[in-house]
Order: sequence, then structure tokens, then C-alpha cells
Amino acid sequence: MNKTWLIIKREYLTRVRNRTFILSTFLTPIFFAGLIGIIVFITIKNTDKEKVAIIDNSGVFKKQIDSVKSIQLILNPEVDTINYEKKGYSAVLYGPHTGINNTDKWTMYSRKSLAISAEASLEEKIKKGLENNMLMERYHVDNSNIDSVREASSKIEFDQKRLGAGANAQNGNSLVAYGLGYGAGFLIYITLFIYGAMVMRGVMEEKTNRIAEVIISSVKPFELMMGKIIGIGAVGLTQFFMWIVLITAFSAIIGAFIPHDLLIQVNEANKSIPGGQMNMQGNEAMIGLLKATNTFSSVNWWLIVGCFLFYFLFGYLFYASLFAAVGSSVNEDPQDAQSLMFPITMPLILAIVIMINAITHPDSSLATWSSIIPFFSPIVMMARIPFGVPGTVPYWQLGLSMLLLVIGFLVTTWISAKIYRTGILLYGKKATWKEMWKWAFRNS
Amino acid sequence: MPLLQVSHLRKFYATQKAVDDISFSIEPGTIFGLLGPNGAGKTTLLRMVTGIFFPDEGEITFEGKKFNPEEDAVRIGYMPEERGLYKKMKIGEQAMYLAQLKGLSKADAFEKIKEWFTKFEMQTWWNKKIEDLSKGMQQKLQFVITVLHEPKLIILDEPFSGLDPVNSNLIKEEIYKLAKKGCTIIFSTHRMEQVEEICDQIILVNKGRKILDGTVNAVKQQHKENLFHIGLNSSPPITISDAFDITDREDNGLVVKIKDGYNTNDVLQHFIQQQIGIKEFHEILPSINDIFIKLVEGTAVTRQFQTVE
Repeated sequence: MNKTWLIIKREYLTRVRNRTFILSTFLTPIFFAGLIGIIVFITIKNTDKEKVAIIDNSGVFKKQIDSVKSIQLILNPEVDTINYEKKGYSAVLYGPHTGINNTDKWTMYSRKSLAISAEASLEEKIKKGLENNMLMERYHVDNSNIDSVREASSKIEFDQKRLGAGANAQNGNSLVAYGLGYGAGFLIYITLFIYGAMVMRGVMEEKTNRIAEVIISSVKPFELMMGKIIGIGAVGLTQFFMWIVLITAFSAIIGAFIPHDLLIQVNEANKSIPGGQMNMQGNEAMIGLLKATNTFSSVNWWLIVGCFLFYFLFGYLFYASLFAAVGSSVNEDPQDAQSLMFPITMPLILAIVIMINAITHPDSSLATWSSIIPFFSPIVMMARIPFGVPGTVPYWQLGLSMLLLVIGFLVTTWISAKIYRTGILLYGKKATWKEMWKWAFRNS
Repeated sequence: MPLLQVSHLRKFYATQKAVDDISFSIEPGTIFGLLGPNGAGKTTLLRMVTGIFFPDEGEITFEGKKFNPEEDAVRIGYMPEERGLYKKMKIGEQAMYLAQLKGLSKADAFEKIKEWFTKFEMQTWWNKKIEDLSKGMQQKLQFVITVLHEPKLIILDEPFSGLDPVNSNLIKEEIYKLAKKGCTIIFSTHRMEQVEEICDQIILVNKGRKILDGTVNAVKQQHKENLFHIGLNSSPPITISDAFDITDREDNGLVVKIKDGYNTNDVLQHFIQQQIGIKEFHEILPSINDIFIKLVEGTAVTRQFQTVE
């Protein structure tokens, strides 16, 4: 045990002191925080408006038009496709001359293409204008009535309440659950791969360097294998803990600054653009942000993080010993490793495919059963857990899944240890599946 | 009491009888040579003695007790044939790690490493990595790591390959010193001149079987062919005798083989009677190399795969 501890320590320290590890641990959260920050910044700060002149020959817009996101629309019949640039417009939207029943093409003339979001909202504006016109002229509905109906309908909010096990109804947001489940499932998948491959490379290194022989003359092969697996697993947990700490710190900082900043941004935007339309948008953004924070705080973080660490740890232990067995069975040739790795990567890839399906139907029998089978459960179960634990995932499923994963880990380790013991000292050719099977199940 | 006793050891692989019924015993303080052509089963034999492999049959007795790899590993130092160390790890840390795996405490390990590094003038290596070392330097380091924990039994698989004469001598001297201190050293090699120089006792293994066992001198006596070299003052005459056959002629000498029933005095008498001046007369003992080739020759040089029932 003392020797296993020495091995764990070495495996852990050599990797944690590695420059790549330190960089990836600190830069990944900074990278993501930066990415989110940039997206938020661009969304708020995007006040760089294009001016588009509209030649509304058929009078669809009735001489009034609201500017859409990032585009300022101005009704100006004196502009044509030749002189629009001189007059300071970046595009001209030309409406056909014909009557209101005509649904001929509206054409936009410009030298550069507009943003896709702007294009979509512009199209919507035109449709809405036509709609208003038709309603007014055919059914004689008053323009102000149409507007008030529209406004009332847009005020309806969709708020999903999920009934938990307790008396309190929880705020449920399937979009947040979807995102969280997807993220957690993928993170497990990627880390299982990264750390599993790390174990395999470590074993291969020891074998090709022939240091395994020196070490195995002082410790048992099983101790060497477990020392490596636990050491590298500890590296993975360290990285996660660092990420959790860093992300918590970042979001605390962002949480402290963003609302304040946002208000300032909104105010400034209001001042710079006449018409006050930005005010509305700014408020919407604020409300959206508030809602997002609410749903985020309604998520049971302790449960998700706890389950995540459990499924990472035992999923890793389940697969790592298999990776170690493969590493012990190959020689220098990395292609051998590829072909022997295939049966291990297969269930992992299958799991991610099931996960993508399960995330849209977390209650389906495919999702349920594959989240209980140890080969898939770390990935699939992590995708289901954010949908609610006694709700979507009953306690018996979670318990059974965890129990089977732990048993699975003991079984794979037992089998792998036998393959490893023989493989690590065998040089020459790579082992075949038949040979590995024999190593694993012979009686000795 | 022998330090190590091996009796009827057997290890079969799927297609090879790697070690087939080998027995020998080693007294403490001897330097023991394990010889054999490539693929004779030397490495398998050594791996069983170090506890890496379990024998299929047979027994190993270490210091009078049944060999227990877990407990006895501390008293054995093993340097495998193809040496390896962690390439990216600092040399000092690596030595500390491997010494601690052998059961040394941290303080002891540090002290011992300092001592050996000073002895081999490796003090500046501490913070270097293995990839900075030449092959010969790595070998020196590996030797140090093997003997660091002062094992009773040191097993060296081809210890001199890749070393220049100076470093080779350095390690040879250390081997002598360790033997004098009471360590027992097993080393396997196929370089025969080293065996004659260093070893007290040898065994020769071929195709998994022991075909020779004894002290270097005894082995030579056992395989001598009654050849003698006679140095003469003049060029040798053409002469025939009942006592010997001439097997080789030189400018000023002859190599003769004494026939059964005669002895050295009969040969000398023959030349004295013929008034030929004799400058020197000595027995030609076969070199270990000759014995090796004689014994191994005729058997297939390369091992063939076979079916093991």
C-alpha cells in the first residue's frame, strides 16, 4: 500500500507540475468566460446601425416604420438605387408599385450584405406591414387596434413550473436543463477520452522504456497499474476542482459587475438613439437576464456537481483500466494502439449518440436503460440528471446506475489487471484479442 | 548455506519451453555467470529469480527460505537487459523514487544516492533529465539505481553492453568490491571474455536446459582436449611419436595432442632425445568461448517454435 502511494504520488506530481496541465487548467475557464463576455458585449454594444432607405411605392408601411435590430429604417422616396450612397444610406429597399394584394418581391439594393439577423427581422417587418395593411383595408380594422392586440399577445410569458417531490413547485426551464445536460454529458465524454488515453500512453511509455521491468521487480503489477490509474484520476479531479473554483469566482465577479454595466449601456444607448426604441429592447434584455439568473439559481447545483464528480470518477475508473490493458498489449506502434482501442472507444461513441437522443427525450426507454448500463451510464445519466432528479430520473434509477457502475468498475479492473500483468512484460508483436482473452480468463 | 538455490525450475510459454528443468545453487559472495545463446531462456530464468514471473514448476530458495517475491524484493537488485527510465523525469527524483519503491526511507535514499553519485562523479546530474544523457551515462545511472539499496543479490542482465572501456572498468571494479563485501552477483551475458575475467562460477543454458555448471577452472579442466603448446629454439622438425599427434605448426613451435595412455613427460622426453631445445611448454586450456561454441554448435542456432503439451 505504501508503494502504491509512492506510485500515485509520482504519477500525480509529474503531471500536475507539467506546463500543459497548468495552462489548460487556468486558461480554459478564462477562455470560456472571455467567450461569453465577448458575446454579451457584442449583443449589448451593437449600436453600429446601418441606414436603409425604403421606397414604399405601395404604402405598406403607412409612412411609419420601426427600426429593427442593428438597422435604421427610413422612409425616403427621394432616394434611388443610384444616389443612395451619396445620401448616406448603405442600402435601398425597393417595394413594388402594385396594389396591396400583390405579393411581389421586395428587392434590396446594396454593396454589402446585411447581417442575417437583420435580414430576418427586416423580412418580418415587411410581412407585418403587409398584414396590417390587409387587415385594415379588407376588414377595416383600425391600425391602433391591431397594434394593441399584437402587444397583448407578445406579453404572454411561457413559464414552466415543474412539480418536484416536495410541496414547492420548482421553476423548470427545459432549455437550461438541455444545455446543462448536453454540456455535462459532453464534458464527461471528452474527459473520459483524455484521461483514459493518458493512462494508456503512460502504460505504453513504461512498457517501451522497459522501466516496467525495473518497477515490477519491486512492486506487483497490480499496484503499478492502480497507482497509475488513481494518480491520473486525481489529476482529473484536481482539474475539475480548479475549474469549479475558477468558474465560481468568475461568475461572482461577472455577477457583481454585469447588471451595473448593463444599465449604463442601456442608458447610453437610449441617449444616442432617438425614438426610445432601445429602451424597450434594453428592458427585455434585463428581464431575460434576470430570468436566466433565476433559472440558474433554481438548478440544484449540489446534486449536479456531486453526480458529475461521481460519474466522472467511476466512469473514468471503469474505462481507465481497460485503456491500461490496451496500453500493456501494444508496442511502439501507435497504429496497433488505434486498432486495439477501437472496442473501447466504440461504447463511448455509442454513448454520445444515445446521449444526443436522450437529451430530447430524457424519459424514453432508450435513455432510461442506457443510463443504467455501466458502459453508457456516465455520459447518458449526466445528460438526464439536470432534468430533475426525483422527477425525470427516479431515485431507484440513479441508485441502480451508480451501483452497477461501481460493480462494473470492479469487474473491468479485475479483467484488465490480468491482461496487464502478462502484457506489460511481453515484447515483440502486439497481442491479439484471442490472446488477451486467454490472459484475462485463464486460471492462475 | 547457499544464498540462492534453484531446483527443477520450469516455465513453458504457449510455443516455447523457455526454462526446462534447471537447477543450480549459488554461494554468498560469488560472481555467477549465466551464459547462453540468444533465446536460451536466460531472461525468463532471471525474471523468475527476481519474482517478476512465477515458475510453472520447481522451487526457489532464497537465504534458506522459500522465495517470497514481495518480502525478498528488497534484498534483490535487478537491472534488466533493455534498460529504461522515465525520459522526462529528473534524474535525482527518479533515483529517489526507485530507491523508495525498494523500501528505503526518504532520508536513507537521499544519503545513498549522494554517496553513489559522488563515487561515480555524477553530482551534476541531479536536475538533468534522462533524455539529456548518452546511452553509456544512462547505463551508469541504471547500475547505481540497481545497487543503491545494498541488495544481497544483484542480478545484472548484460551490464556492459554499450559502455566504453573506462566506464566498463569502473563498473567491473564496483562488482568486485560488492562481491568482496558479501554481495552475490548474477550476471547474464554472451560475451565470454568477461566471463573468464570476472566470474567464479558459471552455468550454460541452451534451449531452456542447463548444459554446464561449475567454476570457470573446473569447466575448463572438464573440457580440455590434452592440447599442449611447445616453444622450440629452432623451427620444428618433422617428427612422429606414439605419444602425441601434431595438430598445428608454427614458426618456432608446435601444438600437440597427447594420446591416451601417455603423459606430458613422454612428450618432453621425445624432444629431448632428438636434441631439440625446448623454450616453453604449457597446456592449452580451452577458452570459455570455445567451450560455448562446441556445446551450442550442432544444435540449431535459432530456436524453433514448438508445440508444448
